[in-house]
Amino acid sequence: MPSDSNGAEKSVERLDQATIRFAGDSGDGMQITGMQFTNTSAILGNDLATFPDYPAEIRAPAGTLPGVSGFQVRFSSYNIHTPGDCPDVLVAMNPAALKVNLPDMKPGTTIIVNTDSFGKLDLQKAKCETNPLEDDSLAAFRVVKVALSTLIKETLKDSGLDGKTVQRCKNFFALGMVYWLYNRPLDNTEAWLNETFGKKKGKPEIADGNIRALRAGHNYADITGEFQTSYEVPKAKLEPGVYRNIQGNEALSIGLVAGSQLCGKTLFLGSYPITPASDILHQVANYKNFGVVTFQAEDEIAAICSAIGASFAGSLGVTTTSGPGFALKSEALNLAVMTELPLVVVDVQRGGPSTGLPTKTEQSDLLQALFGRNGDSPIPVVASLTAADCFDAALEAVRLAVTYMTPVVLLSDGYLANGAEPWRLPNIEDLAPIEVRHPAPEDAEGFEPFKRDETTLARPWALPGTKGLEHRIGGLEKKDGNGNINYDADNHQRMTDLRHAKIAGIAHAIPPFSVHGPEEGRVLVLGWGSTTGAITGAVERLQGRGERVARAHLRHLNPLPLGMKDALERFDHVLVPEMNTGQLAFLLQGKLGIEIKSMTKVQGLPFKTEEILDAVQQLLDGE
Amino acid sequence: MNTSLSESSLTKKDFKTDQDVRWCPGCGDYAVLNAVQSVVAALGKKREDIVFISGIGCSSRFPYYMNTYGFHTIHGRAPAIATGTKLANPDLDVWVVTGDGDAMSIGGNHLIHALRRRIGIKIMMFNNRIYGLTKGQYSPTSEVGKVTKSTPMGSLDTPFDPIQLVLGAGATFIARSVDIMGPHLQDTLAKAAAHEGGAFVEIFQNCNIFNNRAFERDVARDVREDRLIDLQHGEKMIFGKERDRGIVINQGVPAVVKLADVGENGVQVWDETNPSLTFAMTAMASPEIPTPIGVFRNVPTRSLEAGVHGQIAVATKKSGPGKLKDLIYGGDTWTAE
Repeated sequence: MPSDSNGAEKSVERLDQATIRFAGDSGDGMQITGMQFTNTSAILGNDLATFPDYPAEIRAPAGTLPGVSGFQVRFSSYNIHTPGDCPDVLVAMNPAALKVNLPDMKPGTTIIVNTDSFGKLDLQKAKCETNPLEDDSLAAFRVVKVALSTLIKETLKDSGLDGKTVQRCKNFFALGMVYWLYNRPLDNTEAWLNETFGKKKGKPEIADGNIRALRAGHNYADITGEFQTSYEVPKAKLEPGVYRNIQGNEALSIGLVAGSQLCGKTLFLGSYPITPASDILHQVANYKNFGVVTFQAEDEIAAICSAIGASFAGSLGVTTTSGPGFALKSEALNLAVMTELPLVVVDVQRGGPSTGLPTKTEQSDLLQALFGRNGDSPIPVVASLTAADCFDAALEAVRLAVTYMTPVVLLSDGYLANGAEPWRLPNIEDLAPIEVRHPAPEDAEGFEPFKRDETTLARPWALPGTKGLEHRIGGLEKKDGNGNINYDADNHQRMTDLRHAKIAGIAHAIPPFSVHGPEEGRVLVLGWGSTTGAITGAVERLQGRGERVARAHLRHLNPLPLGMKDALERFDHVLVPEMNTGQLAFLLQGKLGIEIKSMTKVQGLPFKTEEILDAVQQLLDGE
Repeated sequence: MNTSLSESSLTKKDFKTDQDVRWCPGCGDYAVLNAVQSVVAALGKKREDIVFISGIGCSSRFPYYMNTYGFHTIHGRAPAIATGTKLANPDLDVWVVTGDGDAMSIGGNHLIHALRRRIGIKIMMFNNRIYGLTKGQYSPTSEVGKVTKSTPMGSLDTPFDPIQLVLGAGATFIARSVDIMGPHLQDTLAKAAAHEGGAFVEIFQNCNIFNNRAFERDVARDVREDRLIDLQHGEKMIFGKERDRGIVINQGVPAVVKLADVGENGVQVWDETNPSLTFAMTAMASPEIPTPIGVFRNVPTRSLEAGVHGQIAVATKKSGPGKLKDLIYGGDTWTAE
């Protein structure tokens, strides 16, 4: 271990997992600090999961409770599924960060505080009546008091940086300490600082200041009597393969580009900035050498409309948004339903209704995705299950869109979007090409724009520019086959039925419903989307105790996979945890006619493993 | 006319579809359809390379009657959809057909943004100053005091001047023509088609059911030479049955002069690239001053699609064509054994 000089007496203890939360002002760089710790741990080979939790305000007044930004990372030497229920170490840069996060800490855990930020004014801003460092409110914890502001000033006194800039290096001092505590090397972060501030921004003095802060923090932890023990979390035994650390929005972006490559189509992303989906637009905009077109539209409506127009011309049209934007897209989405054009609509869900909680997670757009349009308007709905799974979910959405000539809704959420985990990279050869066929001029004889494929019921994707296939499409009801405007009663019935049958038929082309664990038993925990991690953690623990419980996660919300009713009826209870007021439970009760135990949470936070475990235990105990 | 069977020999007839045209008898839309079919034939375009995209309203039925590719979309959104189509395939000639309600009311945002971006779509706005398809409510171009079903005591809001609006939006090609002035309309549309970047053509169009004779005061056959002035680049601004009057512009304010008083050389020469002249003419309307038709503004620009695909070319040249492997295996990776 990298211990130089004075720390020779200190002991090293081995752990199989640890959870750290960095918390400070939204301007304190907590997200960067957390990501650095995460990337370093990823390269060391830990399994990991992260949970960034930041305010909607870009810079809420410094030191106040609403301005607290947090980043939680859990890293381990075994397979984990969530960022952890409770941190083992909390780094609190000010009283507000301490106050907001203290309720999540368990007795005996460690809290590192910046004592320099506990002045009278700081305490007032955090609405603390007494100083928590002086009263007995922290008695149950191991509190490490560090005069961070003083130490950083001392460290960088001859750096030439102004006082404000010096103070902005505090986070790297804190990171250096935590690196020492968990025996992490500094070189990865140093390289990042040189690259980001030195090379890209042309400010080597900032890179240098932060590197000195990082090293000073590391040395301080080594020297100070506050830490007698450091910890080692050896690398995890992950399934063999090549990995990279990935956030959900990143994986989703890569999945969209990969999907377009696999179907041989140009990706056209029309989008309007909205939290927490904007990062997809940012990232895809950097893939121009893949021929990708990104278009920042004037509004959410234009974003989806441009994507529809691009699909009409033969691109893979995609639009990305969150709940409020998704609502605005409804009418255009129905145009894609009616004209049967491929389109992927990504909804990175956040707390609602209305503007709601822009930076907090929720799963409450499910019924909007399924039903939030005028008329009978069936659309496939696909959900991503974990951050890395956003890649596979995006591929699936693309596949369904072009195979069935339909818009597809891909549901992610804020927790998946910003959370990170190791992604086991697929072999490129294993990625199946997605077949797309466009009618050619030779097909002009007898061509009809709404003549359907017998298996998929998809209509032909005839592209403008193709001689002899000139045709008109639109939002009015059209005659089966030739697509001419038609208001006949029987034809509307037939077209409605066909649109329904086309989407329902997808159920035969997706894997049937399956559970992880016993196929019959006491409790089946059934989730969709981002509850996957917490459900998996809880059910695996119960299975470890010998309980006859199983879990299942829905990738497809419409159509539902085949065989669900039979599978669900083999359990005494079906528990559906979801971050809304029971939307999937409502859907399943209606569709399958069986009793569902609904477990709901709408606090802008993901489920904790413990919460699900308790709920299952109650069912097992017959309460 | 070229009578060979080469692909460029399409005639107006080749652009007609088998669909029954369902506009009211006497509607100005028939004349516009006729003119457009002539223009695309005369331009030597192939049917398959042309796309007509419309929103909602009477005029938006237009694509069904053009034997090209067509997309009848939703209310107000045609410019946004057309933007995606043109960006996806810049080789297509993309026309937008819209009306005053579709373009200036529900779709106002898309119209101004499409024009400021200079996406190479050609927007024809049929202005009849009324909502026709919903049976006669006032529109954003209806004159103040308009009595309609929704404004029984007269409308109170001030209308848009479409030309001023799109000039403010930064349009680089702005023109106006009249449904019943076939040759002028064809000439104007041909100029729009030749412009790189977005083009906006307002077409005075008569709704004989809900707003009959809305433009009659200016465009009636017997008065139009006195009440319209045709803006032709490089030509003197002379008008009148006897071609005895002209326009002068003093300190940005246009005025009518008699040629007898100032001589031909005293009349302003129309320059469609001069922003102050364009601005001066936007506010003009008869009877004080003749209503301008023709090309208000035509300045060279680079289209959005050229810019977008130019950036793709630069990025591809710099990084090489994207490969799936690089995409997925990019970033810091590690191997678990």
